[in-house]
Amino acid sequence: MNAPERKTAMHTQQMTYAEAACLALREKMRADARIVALGEDLGRGGVFGQYRGLPQEFPDRIIDTPISEANIMGAAVGMALAGLKPVVEMRVIDFALCAMDEIVNQAAKNRYMFGGQGRVPLVARMPIGIWSASAAQHSQSLEAWFAHMPGLVVAVPGTPADNYGLLKSALDSGDPVIYMEHKELWGLTGEVTVGSEVPLGRANVLTQGGDLTIVTWSRGVSLAVQAAASLGKAGIAAEVIDLRTLWPWDRETVFASAVKTRKVLVVHEAVQVAGFGAEVAASVAEHVGCKVARLGAPRIPVGYAQVLEDESRLSAAKIEAAARNILK
Amino acid sequence: MVLPVPQQRLLDLYRVMRRIRAFEDAAETASQGGVAAWGLAENATPAKVRGPLHLSTGQEAVAVGVCANLVRKDLLTSTHRGHGHTLAKGADPARMMCELFGRATGYNHGKGGSMHIADFSVGMLGANGVVAAGIPIATGAAHALKLRKQPNIVACFFGDGAANRGPFLEGLNWAQVYQLPVLFVCEDNRISATTPTGPMTAGKGVSARAKALAIASEKVDGNDVEAVDAAAARLAAQVRAGGGPRFLHAVTYRFKGHVSVDPGSYRDAREVETAKQSDPLLLARAKLLERGVPAAAVDAIDGEAGQEIAAALATADAAPWPQASAAYEDIMNTVTGAWR
Ligand SMILES: Cc1ncc(C[n+]2csc(CCOP(=O)(O)OP(=O)(O)O)c2C)c(N)n1
Repeated sequence: MNAPERKTAMHTQQMTYAEAACLALREKMRADARIVALGEDLGRGGVFGQYRGLPQEFPDRIIDTPISEANIMGAAVGMALAGLKPVVEMRVIDFALCAMDEIVNQAAKNRYMFGGQGRVPLVARMPIGIWSASAAQHSQSLEAWFAHMPGLVVAVPGTPADNYGLLKSALDSGDPVIYMEHKELWGLTGEVTVGSEVPLGRANVLTQGGDLTIVTWSRGVSLAVQAAASLGKAGIAAEVIDLRTLWPWDRETVFASAVKTRKVLVVHEAVQVAGFGAEVAASVAEHVGCKVARLGAPRIPVGYAQVLEDESRLSAAKIEAAARNILK
Repeated sequence: MVLPVPQQRLLDLYRVMRRIRAFEDAAETASQGGVAAWGLAENATPAKVRGPLHLSTGQEAVAVGVCANLVRKDLLTSTHRGHGHTLAKGADPARMMCELFGRATGYNHGKGGSMHIADFSVGMLGANGVVAAGIPIATGAAHALKLRKQPNIVACFFGDGAANRGPFLEGLNWAQVYQLPVLFVCEDNRISATTPTGPMTAGKGVSARAKALAIASEKVDGNDVEAVDAAAARLAAQVRAGGGPRFLHAVTYRFKGHVSVDPGSYRDAREVETAKQSDPLLLARAKLLERGVPAAAVDAIDGEAGQEIAAALATADAAPWPQASAAYEDIMNTVTGAWR
């Protein structure tokens, strides 16, 4: 460490989801010289502006790389083993698929397989989600793949405040974190408490209600809150829970709500079949034994034309309909 | 008027380049207000061409010079920047424009858009959203041609940035080990999205990597369509004769941003202006005039291309949208209404 931890007084500030991530990384990089970031086009601030200003402030620690996803991820594992804390930028999750061995066989297993001799404290950012007619290879939400892998932490922030607070916690986690921002949230503005952190594994209860529980994350969050507002007008009180991290996930908060409402709807943009919603619904069924339902995308690739893309998109209206269905 | 044969070839090459330029200019205009890929807006204003549109403007000579040496049954793999390859391989601009407009009558029925443009009927096996992904596919296609004893070859296009991905090495090695009929074409526009490729690439460039695997290569001015044509003719003939893979390194320049809505402000404006002096269309036109082809004959080609693309735009504009139910077609177990 070359700079002492600067204790910022807590204050709130309006900023975008992208700016929130930028600020979190800037604070952490100022405080901890071991943090570096590597990926394609980072030298120009990242393709979504999520590293804006950082190349100027940390010219040696924001590392522009060749188009070499396997090596970007593999090198990050090596960097981590040799004392750095790398932030890996995969640009979109679809390209992280070019680095699956490095994530799954190398980063995720290192600590366990070598009996705790090494740690791999890397944060792999891989933006997910449907985004502006980008079609099948640039629109996927694959969080369930990584939640399935022992050894990985999985974070899925849905608001600027959480993108700020979770990125900071991810950098402190000590284990590999799959950090999934949503591509349609970069411009979302919200209040951020500067100086705060959001712990991994702690959900956020966004609306209180006794009629049903809606569990969601990432892009689903603002849509579920919208759906809850609309249900509220019809006298239906929905409790919306943003999981914020999928591994570890906040079972206690979800189970407590399920005990109260007896009806749990899990909502995500990812394909419903074998999605993480299945894990949440099954856990609720096992532990609380109440009614469960899921809403996810049909098992189709995301199409280019708007009508096709809409089939895969979440919407407040779809969430509201699924909520009414579980209440029947 | 009967033109001397060599000028006829250059006129033909020029015609295809002009068609590509007109197609991409029209698509670029139709994409304005489209995807906010490089901004931060949550939702882009709807444009006729939505989504990322990677233009090959300035690089036409590579696609055209190479494809002039292919026959219909030869195969081709492309990149995210694939309009030129698709048109040069013989696809119909109207059906391509329908695809860019997301219409049911597009080549992919509106499922793919620009980044996945393809016309399998002319051997064009698809543009690709993943850098270097076409390279292993091209080697596999060439492997199949060889096993099936077909007389055809595969042209494999990729950018300079792709040479730093593992599949580049794996694909080239494979093609050489099995002596496959594939012509690798590196379309070197010297940039990868916002990053100059040179400083990210060790050694003496892509051809040196091919040479290290004993794959014969040629480097060519990728803005000179005749030079590309001549080099591709030599290399394609060797590949076709069963000589194994060959490598063409064509140096060119990307006139536009990485995608149509990218202003490209990370690049020196003077560099772009200088590069535009080597516009492959201007170079070809100058050669034609120099050799006595009347300007009116060249202008007529420009006019025809303009009309053809105007008609393609009109067709695309009037074309039907896909039905929502089409989202469940061409994928297993997802018939509308069925368990999914
Ligand atoms: C595996 C992978 N990594 C990153 C990207 C994002 N990306 C799209 S195009 C591009 C630059 C490619 O450069 P080059 O191969 O030289 O082709 P050009 O865009 O110059 O035509 C990048 C990094 C991608 N599509 N696929």
